[in-house]
Amino acid sequence: MRWTSWAEFWAMGGYAVYVWGSFAMTAFLMAVEVWQARRQRANTLTALRRERDLLAHDAEHPTAPHAKDVP
Amino acid sequence: MNLFHYASPQPFYGLAGRCWPWLAALATVLGVAGLWLGLAVAPTDAQQGEGYRIIFVHVPASWMSMIIYLAMAFWGVLGLVFNTRLSGMMTRALAPTGAIFAFLSLWTGALWGKPMWGTWWVWDARLTSELILFFLYLGYIALTSAIDDPRRGDRAGALVAIVGALNVPIIYFSVKWWNTLHQGASVSLTQAPSMARLMLVAMLLMALAFWVYAIALVLYRVRTLILQREQHAQWVRELPEVAGGAA
Repeated sequence: MRWTSWAEFWAMGGYAVYVWGSFAMTAFLMAVEVWQARRQRANTLTALRRERDLLAHDAEHPTAPHAKDVP
Repeated sequence: MNLFHYASPQPFYGLAGRCWPWLAALATVLGVAGLWLGLAVAPTDAQQGEGYRIIFVHVPASWMSMIIYLAMAFWGVLGLVFNTRLSGMMTRALAPTGAIFAFLSLWTGALWGKPMWGTWWVWDARLTSELILFFLYLGYIALTSAIDDPRRGDRAGALVAIVGALNVPIIYFSVKWWNTLHQGASVSLTQAPSMARLMLVAMLLMALAFWVYAIALVLYRVRTLILQREQHAQWVRELPEVAGGAA
């Protein structure tokens, strides 16, 4: 272990802005990227399930207006 | 195992789904180990003090920005030559991660340049070619999302990926070919590394962590793209995550 205190660690020998600015941006963008990927999958699955329910509705009521067309 | 079996979307969807959680876990373990070694254990640099620690994100991000672009070109070639459906989706899934790594390379480079060179930015060969790489990623994303027909978008994107890949060796060798403020390669296959062993191990761990992170995320993302492209296929409708659950 190279540090003797937390304060020394966070100070990074005077380079705190540069070192932590680099690590923080990396962590931030990775977090955003993961969140975005999960959101896209969730949205896609929701759209697919909605389509499934519409198809099921039309199959059960062949003479009724399409579920899509009902306001 | 027949590799071509996995070149079609349905088996690949399953394979990617089985792989990404393990890869995500492995990336986390490698990242924690790399951060511990790099930030807590590695010694102070004789010339740059603690400021050199930016290397543990700068070099892995820069490597990945180049490797991911080459991977996009690889899938682009496969897509154009064999016309496989998966290729275009893989290329698209790689692009956002590559763009983020290219941006991080520039960002961390600026934060490193300011204290060491006295400037955030110089228009030299290494920095400029990396900036071009970032714009190539943005151009690829803009072009493929502007074309409505997915297969046409795939082909146009593949061309951008392949032609743009010429820039990657320019980035890599720029420090040899031109006089530049940027230092030469810290690690090469032909010479002993120019850094302390512990620093090198920490940097390689971080690079490996970024690599595995990228693979896990790209596999996760390509599954979403497969669902979107194949939404009318019977196998997609029968997936538990689509057939079960509420809308």
